Amino acid sequence: MKQKTTSLSAQKRTGNVVLNIVLILICTVWIVPTVGLLVSSVRNRDAINTSGWWYVLPHREWVNTRTFDAPTGTADAPVTIEGATATFEQFRDGVTTGDGKRLKWEGNRRLGTIQVEELQWTMDTKFTLANYERVLAPTDARVKETLRDGSVVENSGEDIGPAFLNTITVAVPATIIPILIAAFAAYAFAWMNFPGRKLLFAGVVALLVVPLQTAMIPMLRDFVGLQINGTFLAVWLAHTTFGLPLATYLLYNYISQLPRETLEAASIDGASHFTTFLRLVLPLSVPALASFAIFQFIWVWNDYLVGLIFLGGAPSVRIITQRLVDMVGTRGADWHLLTAGAFISMLLPMAIFLGLQRFFVRGLLAGSVKG
Amino acid sequence: MQSSRQLPSSNDFNAGKLLAGLALLGVVGFLLVQGFLLLRDGNLPKLANAAVAIVWGVGGVAVLYYTLNLMVESLAQKTRMALQPFVFIGPAALILVWFFIIPTIRTAILSLYDRDGEIFIGIQNYITTFTDREMLLAVRNNLLWMVFGTTFCVGMGLLVAVLADRSRMENLVKSIIFLPMAISFVGAGVIWKFIFYYAPEGAPQIGLLNSIVTSFGGQPQAWLALIQPWNNLFLIVVLIWMQTGFCMVTFSAALKGVPEELIEAGRIDGASERRIFFGITIPYIQGTIVTVTTTILIFTLKIFDVVQAMTGGQFGTDVIGTQFYRQLFANRNLGAGSAIAVVLLVATIPIMVYNLRQMARQKTM
Repeated sequence: MKQKTTSLSAQKRTGNVVLNIVLILICTVWIVPTVGLLVSSVRNRDAINTSGWWYVLPHREWVNTRTFDAPTGTADAPVTIEGATATFEQFRDGVTTGDGKRLKWEGNRRLGTIQVEELQWTMDTKFTLANYERVLAPTDARVKETLRDGSVVENSGEDIGPAFLNTITVAVPATIIPILIAAFAAYAFAWMNFPGRKLLFAGVVALLVVPLQTAMIPMLRDFVGLQINGTFLAVWLAHTTFGLPLATYLLYNYISQLPRETLEAASIDGASHFTTFLRLVLPLSVPALASFAIFQFIWVWNDYLVGLIFLGGAPSVRIITQRLVDMVGTRGADWHLLTAGAFISMLLPMAIFLGLQRFFVRGLLAGSVKG
Repeated sequence: MQSSRQLPSSNDFNAGKLLAGLALLGVVGFLLVQGFLLLRDGNLPKLANAAVAIVWGVGGVAVLYYTLNLMVESLAQKTRMALQPFVFIGPAALILVWFFIIPTIRTAILSLYDRDGEIFIGIQNYITTFTDREMLLAVRNNLLWMVFGTTFCVGMGLLVAVLADRSRMENLVKSIIFLPMAISFVGAGVIWKFIFYYAPEGAPQIGLLNSIVTSFGGQPQAWLALIQPWNNLFLIVVLIWMQTGFCMVTFSAALKGVPEELIEAGRIDGASERRIFFGITIPYIQGTIVTVTTTILIFTLKIFDVVQAMTGGQFGTDVIGTQFYRQLFANRNLGAGSAIAVVLLVATIPIMVYNLRQMARQKTM
């Protein structure tokens, strides 16, 4: 009997080890893309273009240990250098000797040097903030960049800062306005009686799944008619509209669960609905409000389509996701700029997310777990 | 709270309050219009503009509620009781009806008109849509997204949730898997484009995937461009990377809700772990599985950002979302764009009906 329990717990322990290994593997796959972006964004252009970002990790690489002049006066015949015999062409591509060295002929046949290289453990840890400097610098700035051969070039900046600011301008009101409107509506659905209540709520639930593309074209035409297309007002209205069903639904779930006695007590004390809402319901609903606020803020911050359609592409109102897509278009393979730009665009939502993860998760759950 | 604070006059009509409310409404309206003109036409510096916009937008809405409520509270009790709910619900209802419900109907009507929305052409747009080769390709790709994207997100989410639930590293694992949720699809597009980056053979492979492939002696591939239709799957990987976290967190919460006694009872009856999982756990969290699956299904149906940011719909990676955008902006064809939007809407109706029935059954109202 005792034997059996030991073997069972041993089995369990092996199971645990396997389980943790599987989890670590999955987590590695999940975190590597982000790490790759971050690491690349602080490497200089040459480094990014000639070696993968993982070269910052310890790896074995041929490192030059000695250089001497190549023998001259040889024709096409093979030559023997340092005990290795090969033709010029072979030396040019690199010849590995028996003792683990590699000989490389640099320069031409008549005038060249022999590089003696050895495999060594190295790490490429030359990091720089130059990419960020250039991405943030205004377009008329001349940002100096030193190339590998020592020459200095001047580049214009990418001026991503205004787009960052525009996104804040879009995201803050587009977070607070729908929450405010939804909180009032959720209170009415939960604690007030009025004709059409059920029908309206069914409408909210139905709208939860309606794709926003469905409403976009007429909305766009109305905004053009009101002459607000391309202004922040248009995009706030759009985000408010598209965020409202979920906000109302989530906040209703929360506000309708508040203890009836507390609200009734307030009403007996003569508090009006408005006072009850302001003084009692809003403070009690802070967790739900915060959850949805974080959720909506990250959603709006990361939005591309709504901004694209209702703000248009004018540089003065361009948001960060648009700016990034533009950069992908114009700077397709300039990974030193793209990675820095992408990281700047992710900075705020990631910070909020890591700092307030608990709220964020709760907000998600309120919407999707029934019960 | 003291009951003596109740004002006797609050039951009667209060003309002063109404007038004050009206006056305030006028002032607020004036300020909002001025603020609007300033924002629309003014040339404020960026930072000032942002600040004005925030104060104008948020403050405006708050003050509007306050004013409307002030006016309603000036009325006699009976009228007030009848009207007050509409102050609370009114703005939400107005916005949803004006900007969401009516536009949806107008989209449906517009889909029966020509490219400028002027000449009635019946179902011609739908015929064109469903015979257009590009559109059919987009529909096929969307189906790939919905099938593979949803299956893998839900599957991986459930797997990680179950595994993490038994591990001591649970919180760390969940944070790592969940983190991509905070990244925009455009940002994720850059991240993954870099991973799929292709350099010709012989050149240094700085894209992770090709580097792995060549280190095993393979040929570098242009993953996003060449191997159609499999390149769609490489785009779907980005969705899986981003949305598995959502599924995992939701499942994780549901798993914590499975009563320990049920599982204990299963163990005492001698059921194997696998039996317990499929016989007890899965049925218990069935509702959550359905909710998560439908959420991801709708998400993949509407997919746009990833494709637009990574391939722009080139190389046979178009989806309905990018087709919609192209009809609307590149082709300036309102009718065709509307028809595509209606197709999207119709595809969501089964889920909508399911949700409404769930709501009716739960009698939450």
